[in-house]
Amino acid sequence: MQIYLPIAEVSVNAFLVLGLGGLVGVLSGMFGVGGGFLLTPLLFFIGIPPAVAVATGATQIVASSFSGVLAHFRRRTVDLRMGSVLLIGGLVGAALGIILFNYLRSLGQVDLLVRLFYVVFLGIIGALMFAESLRALRNVRKGKLAPRKKHNWVHGLPFKMRFRISGLYISVIPPLMVGVLVGILAAIMGVGGGFIMVPAMIYLLGMPTKVVIGTSLFQIIFVTAFTTMLHATTNYTVDVVLAVLLLIGGVIGAQVGTRIGVKMKAEQLRILLALLVLVVCGKLALELLLEPAELYSISPVKLT
Amino acid sequence: MMRLVATLVSLLMPMSLSAQEEEIVLGLSQAEVSITTNFDGSEILVYGAVKRDAPPPDIGPLGVVVTVSGPSVPVLVRRKEKKFGIWLNTDAVEVDRAPSYYAVVTSGPLNRVLTRVEDLRHKISIPRAIRSVGAPMHISNATLFTEALIRIRTRSDQYQVIEGGVKLDEDTLFRAAVRLPAALTEGDYAARIFLTRAGRVVARYDTVIDVRKVGLERWLFNLSRENALLYGLMSLVIAIGAGWGASAIFNMLRR
Repeated sequence: MQIYLPIAEVSVNAFLVLGLGGLVGVLSGMFGVGGGFLLTPLLFFIGIPPAVAVATGATQIVASSFSGVLAHFRRRTVDLRMGSVLLIGGLVGAALGIILFNYLRSLGQVDLLVRLFYVVFLGIIGALMFAESLRALRNVRKGKLAPRKKHNWVHGLPFKMRFRISGLYISVIPPLMVGVLVGILAAIMGVGGGFIMVPAMIYLLGMPTKVVIGTSLFQIIFVTAFTTMLHATTNYTVDVVLAVLLLIGGVIGAQVGTRIGVKMKAEQLRILLALLVLVVCGKLALELLLEPAELYSISPVKLT
Repeated sequence: MMRLVATLVSLLMPMSLSAQEEEIVLGLSQAEVSITTNFDGSEILVYGAVKRDAPPPDIGPLGVVVTVSGPSVPVLVRRKEKKFGIWLNTDAVEVDRAPSYYAVVTSGPLNRVLTRVEDLRHKISIPRAIRSVGAPMHISNATLFTEALIRIRTRSDQYQVIEGGVKLDEDTLFRAAVRLPAALTEGDYAARIFLTRAGRVVARYDTVIDVRKVGLERWLFNLSRENALLYGLMSLVIAIGAGWGASAIFNMLRR
């Protein structure tokens, strides 16, 4: 069944888009990542114009994160205080990111930079997570508990705050910094930023994995809603029909994913996410390294 | 302005006079294309007849060329090059005028029904319909860029050349089917029909096919342009509503 998208101005197969939304939704629910890093490249692949894919991807992430966060609220695995601190940083970062994005666009190499950002960040995080979770998995098998570092440089900073649900008493500076960084990346890469935030919360802030997912979903909702509004009012690239299709698949997928996530061990969850991140990174890296079949590309001239 | 029009008319006079012997009477299966939610491309039938007051002139075989052209917008064609081990966009050429859609349907091989001079004058074949001026000085082979543009758009069916697609009966009646792809931009699509004798254009007929979004598509598009803030908020409300709704339904199912 073909559906014509009014803003993207292309006709797509409705079931294909529903399926894409569902797939991303499952991942979103399982790992607490918005799934944007997967959704945006997939949308490019089925022929959605990049600008529309980035903007509509953000809208879809709002929906799937919302349904995900409700499930986490019910289980009390959302640290609202931590989420708010991250959010303040995130909004500042998103605004900074949009300024940076427009500057890069004026230089004419924004496509390449977005792609490099993906490869570098996905590569580093995927590799780190993979190594760490392998080690943790081996320790579990040997019957040893993973030694949890109680004190790193994070604990020496001022402005300490108690985060009861996370069981932390740390400075607000690191979460704020994480929020800003994620906001910048979200604006440039057109993603929610969960795949950066989740590892940062686990390894840098030392939050328990179960709380991390709900909290990152909470922050992602607001940052992506903010990005959606920016895109809708400045570039007119939010396609609501595409978004609705994606989120019908997405919300169902997210529910399924949340249930799977609860049943799995944290180490297994992390190793799966690490593998997924590495696969996407590898595919994007290959596109940069191998000679493309078509050397030329067409893009509209921006009417400014 | 008036003087310019007058000069143009006087320039065109000799041509149009000689073209009076044969005229085109035209019909379209549809003068407008409505883009609805389930729009999946469309086919327009262009049909007509050659009207003559005298027996057909004996100056060569009759040919018919039909072109349909979508709205033209400038595009940027970029080329990738290997630098520092990775493929990245380096050179770019701006093509000032490239129709978003362009179809040429003829009654025979294009070089047979149309001479080069007439092609140049009426801008009929695809390379002529595209205009590119002002490629940067350091790019020597700018034609490669327009060729790439044609290649990419031909592959996606946005540009089509169908030689022999016009069926001609008794040198009088003709008909051609023009296929519009699913990925269509809205606007006024210019349809031109040329009658040729020995490759020279003897008559021409111009008309417009109106391609418009209708219904929900129209409403959403207008809202997104005219009231972007409201449209953005509406998108968010729909998104959050659907997220909440699905969550609620799942909970009910679990109980």
